[in-house]
Amino acid sequence: MINIMLTAALVLFGIAIFISLCRIIIGPSLPDRVIALDMIGVHLVSAIAIISVLFHTTAFLEVILILAILSFISTIAFSKYIERGVIIERKHDS
Amino acid sequence: MKINNVILRTVTRIVVYIILTLAVYLFLAGHNNPGGGFIGGLVLSSAFVLLFIVFDIETIEKAIPFDFKKVAALGAFLAVGTGFGAFVFDVPFLTQAFGYFNLPFFGEVELTTVTIFELGVALVVVGVVVTIILSISEDV
Repeated sequence: MINIMLTAALVLFGIAIFISLCRIIIGPSLPDRVIALDMIGVHLVSAIAIISVLFHTTAFLEVILILAILSFISTIAFSKYIERGVIIERKHDS
Repeated sequence: MKINNVILRTVTRIVVYIILTLAVYLFLAGHNNPGGGFIGGLVLSSAFVLLFIVFDIETIEKAIPFDFKKVAALGAFLAVGTGFGAFVFDVPFLTQAFGYFNLPFFGEVELTTVTIFELGVALVVVGVVVTIILSISEDV
């Protein structure tokens, strides 16, 4: 029973990632694409958690941490690019 | 126009320590589990990249006064030096040794010479990645 529920959740996560991918391709503005990329990251983290429950293993938990960190940093970098135009500044007040 | 990003700076001061802790854990989990010098170095350099993004280059270079090219050179020297250190004991290149020791506080631990090699790899990865990121961001 629990296996059927977890597999159905995985399928739904796949559909959600596909919808986010459509939003990245046809998205009219840049913030839409950034939000969709962040959404793909969150869905991948959740899907990996479900896979590690399904396989009865703890080997994928570091993958969750590293993927969450990289998704966080990439979202911050995109947001700063939209807001300022540069990602890494040279001076403090520019 | 000065943009106020106080929430990002406050969050970053906490999150950087979480990333550094994960980097040290991945570095020490090296030879029995997924992890090791390369991945530990990549996570460590992602912490540095986060600092460089949220703050700016001059503040971080004042706070962390390392020349990252020299860090990469030191790491390469360590990694090759453990390889040549095997010649002292008349064994082939890059032969590693390990042993079990009783330390007073930690109990019985496994100490290997692979850890020094992995430390060199981690330093090379940190130096090269941070140098590449800073070189890309120069031309703005």
